[in-house]
Amino acid sequence: MRFVLNGRRRDVDAAPLKRLLDVLREDCGLTGTKEGCGEGECGACTVLVDGAPVNSCLVPFAHVRGRAVTTIEGLRGRRTGAVVREGGTQCGICTPGVLMAAASLGPRPSAARVRVALAGNLCRCTGYAGIVRALAGARAVPRPRVRRAGPSGRERTPRRGARRGAARPAKA
Amino acid sequence: MRSVGRSVPRKEGLAKAQGRARYVDDLRFPGMLYGRTIRTAIPCGELLAVRLDFDPAGFTVVDHRDVPSRNVVALIQDDQPFLVEREIRHAEEPVLLLAHEDRDTLRSASVHLDCRPSEPVLDPERARRAFKEIAIEKGNLARGFAEADVVVEGEYRTGRQEHVYIEPQGVIAVPGAGSVTVYGSLQCPYYVHKALVALLGLPPEQVRVVQTETGGGFGGKEEYPSIVAGHAALLALKSGRPVKLVYDRLEDMAATTKRHPSIVRHRTGVTRDGRITAMEIDVLLDGGAYCTLSPVVLSRGCLHATGPYRCDNVRVRGRVVMTNTPPSGAFRGFGAPQTVFAAEVQMDRVAERLGVDPAAMRERNALRPGDTMATGQRLGADASALAVLREAVGRSDFHRKRRAWTGTNRGIGLSLFFHGAGFTGSGEVTLASRASLELLPRGARVLVGSTEMGQGTRTTLAQIVAETLSLPIERIEVADPDTARVPDSGPTVASRTCMVVGGLLKACAEEMKGRLGGLSPSAYLRRHGPLTVTKRYEAPPGTAWDDSTYRGDAYGTYGWGCDVAEVELDPVTYDVRPTRVTAVVEIGRAVNPLLAAGQVEGGTAQGLGWALLEEVVLREGRMANAQLTNYMVPTTLDTPPIDVTILESPYRQGPFGAKGVGEMPMSGPGPAVANAVRHLGLDARSLPITPERVLECASSSTAGEETSTRPR
Repeated sequence: MRFVLNGRRRDVDAAPLKRLLDVLREDCGLTGTKEGCGEGECGACTVLVDGAPVNSCLVPFAHVRGRAVTTIEGLRGRRTGAVVREGGTQCGICTPGVLMAAASLGPRPSAARVRVALAGNLCRCTGYAGIVRALAGARAVPRPRVRRAGPSGRERTPRRGARRGAARPAKA
Repeated sequence: MRSVGRSVPRKEGLAKAQGRARYVDDLRFPGMLYGRTIRTAIPCGELLAVRLDFDPAGFTVVDHRDVPSRNVVALIQDDQPFLVEREIRHAEEPVLLLAHEDRDTLRSASVHLDCRPSEPVLDPERARRAFKEIAIEKGNLARGFAEADVVVEGEYRTGRQEHVYIEPQGVIAVPGAGSVTVYGSLQCPYYVHKALVALLGLPPEQVRVVQTETGGGFGGKEEYPSIVAGHAALLALKSGRPVKLVYDRLEDMAATTKRHPSIVRHRTGVTRDGRITAMEIDVLLDGGAYCTLSPVVLSRGCLHATGPYRCDNVRVRGRVVMTNTPPSGAFRGFGAPQTVFAAEVQMDRVAERLGVDPAAMRERNALRPGDTMATGQRLGADASALAVLREAVGRSDFHRKRRAWTGTNRGIGLSLFFHGAGFTGSGEVTLASRASLELLPRGARVLVGSTEMGQGTRTTLAQIVAETLSLPIERIEVADPDTARVPDSGPTVASRTCMVVGGLLKACAEEMKGRLGGLSPSAYLRRHGPLTVTKRYEAPPGTAWDDSTYRGDAYGTYGWGCDVAEVELDPVTYDVRPTRVTAVVEIGRAVNPLLAAGQVEGGTAQGLGWALLEEVVLREGRMANAQLTNYMVPTTLDTPPIDVTILESPYRQGPFGAKGVGEMPMSGPGPAVANAVRHLGLDARSLPITPERVLECASSSTAGEETSTRPR
């Protein structure tokens, strides 16, 4: 069956009802697309079909005949680096799916838009904080602060909102 | 070239984000078979016969008679079989293993189990058998209650919680000549190694365990992978071919360990001006069908049961019991979130009874440096309960919101908590962990059995070494955990990796630096040949612990935390929605602030899930909602902004002052949310606080019923 995979025409011999997820991972050798639940809940297997994000565990191979499929291996853009820099990837198993779902977002989305676009992608590590920071900009969610507690566990009286003492910048 | 204290990007981050990182299900071996586990479906009884209702040609079939050595999962009590022989203790026990090269054929194979059911014990309060009992005593309880003006009693309950690591359990076992190698998603390669040696009767050097990139653990991959690995190894040795055994989500949720459900009772004596004079606490945990790590979970639970408060007269009694349910096991926090939940909701109820502000109540009683805990442990200068409390109260504008929101559909609540870093009691001494550092021409390679599962092990350990050797972080490699190459650094659990293993590596790096004597690594290697430095754990001087009396230094030190949760109640649906969490933690020193904050953000979200959404429903001892469709973990839309502040108060024994951080954030959200719901006028004393439970709270007015005022 013919389809376009990451911009290249492919002809893959696989059963029409085989899950797109398995065709990608087993027949095409692209293991960046992950299986988290197999029931369309976690989004780890998200790929783009004609530019729209789908859960590839719910899509039969026949469905993509003649269509364009993009996987994490074919994704370009700056968001990959931003997700790493902002702590949006920890164990990493959800990250390819998160980035694929985010690919449908326009430039400079709001935090609210990011949260809606990623509502189908479960991440159990980050609390989504690093992901939203990476996609909506570092000011979209609270940025972690580090400060010295005073001697003997008694802190200097903190002034609310004071940025002083946010000792170490979180940038590399 | 500073490394420690900088948020350097995680070492494997780009490989993960680009989909290049290799998890176990991404690996294939020539001739590989797929494995499947056939399980009991009744919670209690006897297995009489097994009938294969399929053509066995092309199948490998394994039952308990194929076990070459001992049919027990070697851990604490050696009570759990790899494969059922006769006795059935829970409904998901493995009986039979099948392997086939075609997954569809494998899946369609049908097996009939002939069983004789008997009456299961499903209620922990009616359990007949305890895996472990603990008593901690301090002072004189009767005298403490005699000093009290008011006594407040309460019972608190928490439910099972499923880890929901997004990568399910899985391993691949590859047979060799009288040997086996297991690749898998796991936290503790040497736990798996120990279990395989006992199961297979092979010499230790013929068993090799390699951790593959691991898609989350949270404790769920602490002890359970030993079972998956044992099963795959049995199939591989019998078939002579590599066997991949990866669970699907349903099997993973139904069969693997859960957080221990708890019932905790408190009786607190307090003077009219708010000083706690007596604490009597009873802890009951449901351990499920086998012992697993339950005694240690109970231990940590009991050691955190008082909350971070000073009190001269304390009695904590704990029990973990056997029921005919799938075994409970390790889960981030390891017993502490359950008991801290009880302590913190009790604290709000005591404050309420006295008419005192909850923050003031905690301020009055919080542990300070020099105070003595229930075990007699004296706290060091890094006891930061007051610091985190004041920071969180100030940062969240707690008092103003508390006043302004009273009587509305918005609530705000706080929780003060702590967490012992490292193994409990004499655990670290018994483990005697080792870490090695190998000199390379351009830098050094870390050799440890500690695993990366998302928390940042690779990066933070490399930072500690880089800083000590005054080398750039890029010059420090971290070897993959492979029992053929790395020493046993102890399990990757208990918030111990950065503090304990990082401390060993710092010592290795210091010695290496001394040996280099100013030479560059390549010049040293040319002149003196290879150099590897190994260090073994030794207890800090002056620490003592007695396992028989529960007296002494339960942990090397403690992290401290305070959460303020803000919630909104939907008056129509009774949904409680968290709108913001302010999380303040004191963790000694943040080796990598972004990664440390990531632990707080993620742990807080996981705690919010436990508080509000996550409920394991058991029917006849089986999980009835073993799918992500109806066991709900927080999505982007359920997770509010989390405002994290990390305070630093260096711990003298930790590398660059670091204490543990991974587990502690799990303890705060449950009670903070329950106390915010209490601020709404709802007496919530059990988790999760689902709309159904809010409805129950709203229709019963129980406030004050278990409170009594004592005449003096």
